[in-house]
Amino acid sequence: MKANPNYFNQILKIRMMNRIIFILILCTSTLAIGQNVLIKNGTVLTVTKGTLAETDVLITNGKIAQIAKNIRKEANYSEIDATGLYVMPGIIDAHSHIALDVVNEATSPVTAEVNVGDALNPLDVSIYRALAGGVTISHAMHGSANAIGGQCKTIKHRFGEINPDNLRMQGAPRTIKFALGENPIRTHGEGSKIVPNTRMGVEQVFRNAFSDAKIYAKEWDDYKNGLRKSSPEYNLRHETISDILKGNILIHCHSYRADEILMLMRVLKDFGVSKVCFQHVNEGFKVAPELAAFGASASVFSDWWAYKFEVYYSTAYNAAILTRNGVVTSINSDSDELIRHLYHEAAKTQRYGDLSDDEALALITINPAKQLGIEKMAGSIDVGKDGDIAIFKGHPLSVYAIPQMTLVDGAIRFDINKDPDDMRLDINPSEKFSSFYETEKSQENNGCLQDVSEMLMQESYAKYMRFRYSKNHSH
Amino acid sequence: MKTLNIFWIFTLLFLVNVSSLAQQVQKAEKGPFLLKNGTIHTITKGTYLGDILLKDGIIYEIGAVKTDVTNITVIDCTGKHIYPGLIDSGSKLGLAEIEAVSVTNDFSEHGDFIPHMKALTAINPNAVAIPVTRVNGVTTVFAKPEGSTFPGTGALVDLFGYSPEQMTCGSERVVMKFPSTGRRGRWDRRSDDDIKKDAEKALKNINEVWASALAYAKIDSAAGAQKQTWVKNNPQMDALMPIVKGSQPLFIEVNSKTDIEEAISWVAQNKLKAVFMGVAEGWRVADKIAKSKIPVITGPIMNTPRRDNDRFDAAYTNAGKMSKAGVKVAIRTDNAENTRNLPFNAGFAAAYGMGIDEALKAVTINAAEIFDVADKYGSIEKGKIANILVTTGDPFETKTKIEKVFIRGWNIPLESRQTLLYDEFLERNP
Repeated sequence: MKANPNYFNQILKIRMMNRIIFILILCTSTLAIGQNVLIKNGTVLTVTKGTLAETDVLITNGKIAQIAKNIRKEANYSEIDATGLYVMPGIIDAHSHIALDVVNEATSPVTAEVNVGDALNPLDVSIYRALAGGVTISHAMHGSANAIGGQCKTIKHRFGEINPDNLRMQGAPRTIKFALGENPIRTHGEGSKIVPNTRMGVEQVFRNAFSDAKIYAKEWDDYKNGLRKSSPEYNLRHETISDILKGNILIHCHSYRADEILMLMRVLKDFGVSKVCFQHVNEGFKVAPELAAFGASASVFSDWWAYKFEVYYSTAYNAAILTRNGVVTSINSDSDELIRHLYHEAAKTQRYGDLSDDEALALITINPAKQLGIEKMAGSIDVGKDGDIAIFKGHPLSVYAIPQMTLVDGAIRFDINKDPDDMRLDINPSEKFSSFYETEKSQENNGCLQDVSEMLMQESYAKYMRFRYSKNHSH
Repeated sequence: MKTLNIFWIFTLLFLVNVSSLAQQVQKAEKGPFLLKNGTIHTITKGTYLGDILLKDGIIYEIGAVKTDVTNITVIDCTGKHIYPGLIDSGSKLGLAEIEAVSVTNDFSEHGDFIPHMKALTAINPNAVAIPVTRVNGVTTVFAKPEGSTFPGTGALVDLFGYSPEQMTCGSERVVMKFPSTGRRGRWDRRSDDDIKKDAEKALKNINEVWASALAYAKIDSAAGAQKQTWVKNNPQMDALMPIVKGSQPLFIEVNSKTDIEEAISWVAQNKLKAVFMGVAEGWRVADKIAKSKIPVITGPIMNTPRRDNDRFDAAYTNAGKMSKAGVKVAIRTDNAENTRNLPFNAGFAAAYGMGIDEALKAVTINAAEIFDVADKYGSIEKGKIANILVTTGDPFETKTKIEKVFIRGWNIPLESRQTLLYDEFLERNP
């Protein structure tokens, strides 16, 4: 029988309608927090309170309400059967650049006034891909072009929400990006011929900025106390840095070499700042006792090294050495690719350093939660915490583990069995498929030096551009 | 100019010094070794409990070995697992020391048509990443050049030895990049038309090269028949002769669906033997690749999908989908310093549809067959090169320990700069 062409047209129309309806649903749905769900009969990896076999987790209004065997399901609860599956806290990435439209304000060695929270992109499909790796929270960071970079934003992976504000994690403390070593040196010293051109210069950038902010804060205090009549000129940069000095903003510092790590701790001590998380910190293992004594934490790669000179003397045993020396340590991604298998990255500490299951899982749950100051809300399966859950087939530290379902505030945001293949939220109606990218996209995107080359497209940067776009890493 | 030279000399001295600092401290032992009572995963001939005698660099005896060899070192493998060494079918290991320091990179020479550039010449046997890689069970890699249409000739090498001669597996293969219709990245803002034009132009160039190569082959054969020697030096064309004459496959990097389809017909038109590398969208045309009988080297498996509309696991499942369609698949990391992650790439491929057995083949026997060295590599069989791992279990599983690595019968110390730093700094003193 000859097919009726109208029939195909109808199917096409229906498909388009489905898509439009799907988008409409996404657009009109309000922030899906406050879900009620009962996760039945899984192996619950609480991380902080051991492993519980055949146990239920009850989430009420988006918060974990009860953890016990045989919890009775109430009427207005949905149910997830986790029999034979592993239930773990949603994974937290303390260093990421997904869901951001821009990453670097690479115009000055100090740009404390800018905030990546102003550039959140909830439509980034990387958020969904991270969920497909069990990651529910990430620390969307400014890049590493500046010694004092912009402020960062701790986000929840509420993929499907289109209002950027709905990504923000309420109650998460303010954070800011610092950077040491090659990146600020190359961007400003080599690129713009200004300080810092060396690690000596980097130290003085901090000391100058902190001292200026102290004077600024004192001028305002004097004004408020009536010691001066006219108000000082408002300056958001100084204002932000004085907030750092008051301990109101957590520092997350891109760093690699042992000497520069020690330098920043000396500077912070001189200015009375006690909270700092060193990021990447490939040579953290060399100064683990000093980091522990200062109370600094460390957020590291599992095994990335040798992509630039300052990470040549690295070891995949970094996380294990830091952990054994009492440093609160996490494993991060800094990549829209790596963020999808942080559970596997954590497992590498069992090959490189024999960490226990709970120690390895802590690297991607409770420890990054502590580093972001959200440990009371996330990072373990505990009554009262957010209903952020990742459900795995196979133990999450096994190379054969496959994430099945990921919940944020009790709402299912990833379901391997139900989600369609194409999960884009912004679709160009004129293209059938989106572009094919010849190189791995993560080589250009979502890295610490993203945007720098595009911004500084000067002759002196031509060589650097070629380096940036032809190499693997930009961290 | 003079100061510039001095600068380079110092840079080079410095780098030579750097790379000589940290190798394994202990020396490899020669054997012979008798591995007693381990679970032998032969890959090609099943899995069973038995002994293996490693002698003269080869698998000398296998099964229940009763030997009268003297001075033998017996290694009890009770409860242990024995696998062939893993093969990474595409890497820059040894050609890139520190990627951001250009003077330490030797994988990309100037020129678009330079198939005569030999990776084997530039592989640094003392690259710091080599011990780092082999202690994870990777004993052999295909180190390949890249960066242009014909960037050179890659080399299959074992990861132990102090010279190219000691490392080579005797398989060197010319690499070509098929003209791409994909975007090079987010910054690539060429119009669709321009992309198409660029690809057409590149293919035209390749076809011209190929026409010349065919003509060269004819003249070369005629000259050979008359026992005349060439007066003109043409190393580029000489490098292509084994491919034109059908004795070697051309290794073609190709990734998007349309490009793969184009490449299949290009290979058929020119009646070539070929191997495809990359093949990121192989899953979209797996049946066509299977029908062409062209084997595939794919990876890295841990990769983001190449299109935003693709399913999140497109790269994880690609190897399995091609393998199920009947394509012979080998796996690569396409990395340098983290070539050590080959077993984990294979593990992910296994988890996402390929299965453990096929994934094992993809890093052993399939690779050996693709490089035409299956008589010597890729499985545990009598007479093959003694590249052997002794492990606590499945070599893909993250927490498994690799307890022994033998390369060409040598017992390799399980040390690298990374383990030495661990030993020094775990409990730092003072």
